[in-house]
Amino acid sequence: MTRPRTAAVRAGIARGRIEFRNTMTNLGELLGWLWLPIVVLVVMFVLRGTPVPGSGFSLGTQSVAGVLAANVVFSGVLGLAVALTMDREDGTLLRAKATPNGVIGYLVGAVLAKAALVVATTLMVLVPAAFVYDGLELARPGAWPTLAWVLVLGLAATLPLGAVLGATIANTRSLGLVTMVFFALAAVSGLFYPITALPGWLQAVGQVFPLYWMGLGLRSALLPDALAAVEIGGSWRTGATVAALGLWALAGALVGPGLLRRAAARESGSAVAARRAQAAQRPAR
Amino acid sequence: MTARGLRMQYGSREVLRGVDLDVGRGEIVALLGPNGAGKTTTIEILEGFRKRSSGTVTVLGTDPDHGDEAWRARLGIVLQSWRDHSAWRVRELLGHLGSFYAPYGSAARPRPCAVDDLLAVVGLADVADRRIGTLSGGQRRRLDVAVGLVGRPDLLFLDEPTTGFDPQARLEFHELVRTTVAGEDTAVLLTTHDLAEAEKLADRIVVLAGGRIVADGTATELAAQVVGDGEVRWCRGGAEHRARVSDPTAFVRELFARERRDGMRITDLTVRVPTLEESYLALVERAEQEAGTGTEMGTGTEAEAVPA
Ligand SMILES: Nc1ncnc2c1ncn2[C@@H]1O[C@H](COP(=O)(O)OP(=O)(O)OP(=O)(O)O)[C@@H](O)[C@H]1O
Ligand SMILES: [Mg+2]
Repeated sequence: MTRPRTAAVRAGIARGRIEFRNTMTNLGELLGWLWLPIVVLVVMFVLRGTPVPGSGFSLGTQSVAGVLAANVVFSGVLGLAVALTMDREDGTLLRAKATPNGVIGYLVGAVLAKAALVVATTLMVLVPAAFVYDGLELARPGAWPTLAWVLVLGLAATLPLGAVLGATIANTRSLGLVTMVFFALAAVSGLFYPITALPGWLQAVGQVFPLYWMGLGLRSALLPDALAAVEIGGSWRTGATVAALGLWALAGALVGPGLLRRAAARESGSAVAARRAQAAQRPAR
Repeated sequence: MTARGLRMQYGSREVLRGVDLDVGRGEIVALLGPNGAGKTTTIEILEGFRKRSSGTVTVLGTDPDHGDEAWRARLGIVLQSWRDHSAWRVRELLGHLGSFYAPYGSAARPRPCAVDDLLAVVGLADVADRRIGTLSGGQRRRLDVAVGLVGRPDLLFLDEPTTGFDPQARLEFHELVRTTVAGEDTAVLLTTHDLAEAEKLADRIVVLAGGRIVADGTATELAAQVVGDGEVRWCRGGAEHRARVSDPTAFVRELFARERRDGMRITDLTVRVPTLEESYLALVERAEQEAGTGTEMGTGTEAEAVPA
C-alpha cells in the first residue's frame, strides 16, 4: 500500500501534466503567456543593427537571453501567482483542502505545470529566434547543458516567489501592481541593455534579484565568450550565479510551503463566496 | 457526529447560539432553516473549515478543528457552490481526486469508488469526456455530488445539493442518496430549502432558526410538534364565516352542537389543516421573533375565534 503523501505527490505530478496540457491546448491562454516575449523579440529585431556598446555584436541577438529570462518570470512567477489567485477565487484550492493531502497534490501540480510551461515557452521563443538572429551559439557543446541548469536553478529560485505572491495577494485585481514591479525589475536587471551602463546603485539593486542572474546565466549559455567583456567584472561569474540563484531557491523552499499552507488554512466556502461576490461587483473589464 | 452548545459569532453578531445536533451512523438528517439561519456556517464548522466560537463538537470521533488527513479521507463534502476546475474533463477530475483516497481504503471499504461506475450512478456517463466548464448547472451539481462520494465517505455533508435540479434530476438524486446510504453505510447531513425533499429523503428533520435548533424529529413528528392554526370556513343563515383556530376538530364539534341547539343550518363547511410547509413557516417565524426581541411570544395570527 502506498503511503498517503506518496500518493498525493504522484497525484500532483498527474495534476501538473493535465494542467500543462490544458494550457497548451488553449490557444488563447498560450498566447497570453507568449505575447510579451514575442513583442520584445520584434522590437529587438528592429534594433538588430545596433551594436552592443564596446563590441560589434548585435544588441538584438544579445537580448534574446534577456527575453528568455524575463519569460521565466512572466510565465513562471506571474503565471503561478495568477493561477493561485484564481484558484483561490474559484474554489480550486478549497477543493484541494477538502481532499486528504489535497493541498500537497495541488502545489506539486501547480508548480510542475508552470515549470513545464516555462520550458515550453522558452523553446517556442528560442527556436525561432535562432533562425532570425545571427550569432546565437546554440551548436556550441556547453550551450544546452548551461541553458538547462540555469533554467532549472532559475525556476527553483523564482517559482517560490510566485507561490508567495499568489498566497498573499487578495484578488486578481491586485496583480496589476505586481506586473508593474516586474517591469521595473526587468529595467534594472540588464536584460536588454548591458547593466554596466546603469549607475552603480541601480546595478547593486539589480544584482539583489534573481532576474539579473538568470539573464547573465542565459547569456553565458547562448552568446560567444567574448561578450562577457561588457558584464560586471568582465566575466560570466558562473560561481556567483549559482550561489545567488541557489540562495533564492533555499529561501523560497524555507518560506514558501508554510505561507501556502497558511493561505490554504484560511480557505472556506464562505470565504470563496465572499471573494466571488466582491469580484462580481467589479466593473466589467 | 455530535455537537453540544455550538456557538458562532461573526464580530458582535451571534449566528449560532447553542446548537445541539446529532447524526448517527448511516442516518440521513436534513437541516432546514431560512436564509442566513447559519446552516452553511454549521456545516463548515463540522467540516473543519471554520473555527467555532465555543461548544463541543465531535465528528467521526475527532474535533474537526484538529482533524488530520486520515480523518478528512472519511468525509465527503459538497459545498453550496463550486466553480473550480472548469478546464478539466469530468472523468479526469473524478479520477484525480479519487486517487488521493487510495491509501485510506481497507478491505472492508475499498477507496476510491470506481470512477465509471460512479459516473453512471450520477448520470454523467454521457458527458464523462466533456470539459467541466461546458456542463449545465444541474450536471455541474451532480459532478459535485460525485466528488463528494468518490472517497466512499463515512459521513457526507451536502449543502443545498439539489439547487438548480430539474424535477427529474431531483428525483434521481433522491434515489442516489438513498441507495448510497443503504449500500454504503454512509451518514448524511444535508441542508435544503425544499420541505418535500427533506420529508422524502431524511430519517430526521432538524430546523435551525434564530440560532438554535427549534425542532428535531421525523416529518410526522415535526408536523405534530408544531401544528399551526387550522382554518375553518362555513356558511350559516346566508352569511359566510371564517375562523383560524388551533384545534379545528374541537371547533367543528362545537359548531354542530350550536346548530343542533338553534336549528340554523350550516353549509359549505371546509377545514384546512396546515401543511408541513405552513407549520414550518409558523415555527421559523416564532423562533426568529423570540430570538429577535426576546419578549414577544405571539405568532401574529388572529385571536382565537368562537363560533359565530
Ligand atoms: N465570514 C462571515 N463573516 C460575517 N458574517 C458571516 C460570514 N459568513 C456568514 N455570515 C453571516 O452568518 C449568517 C449565517 O450564514 P450562513 O451562510 O451560515 O446561512 P445559511 O443558513 O447557510 O443561509 P442560506 O440558506 O442562504 O444558504 C448570515 O447572516 C451571514 O451573513
Ligand atoms: Mg447556506
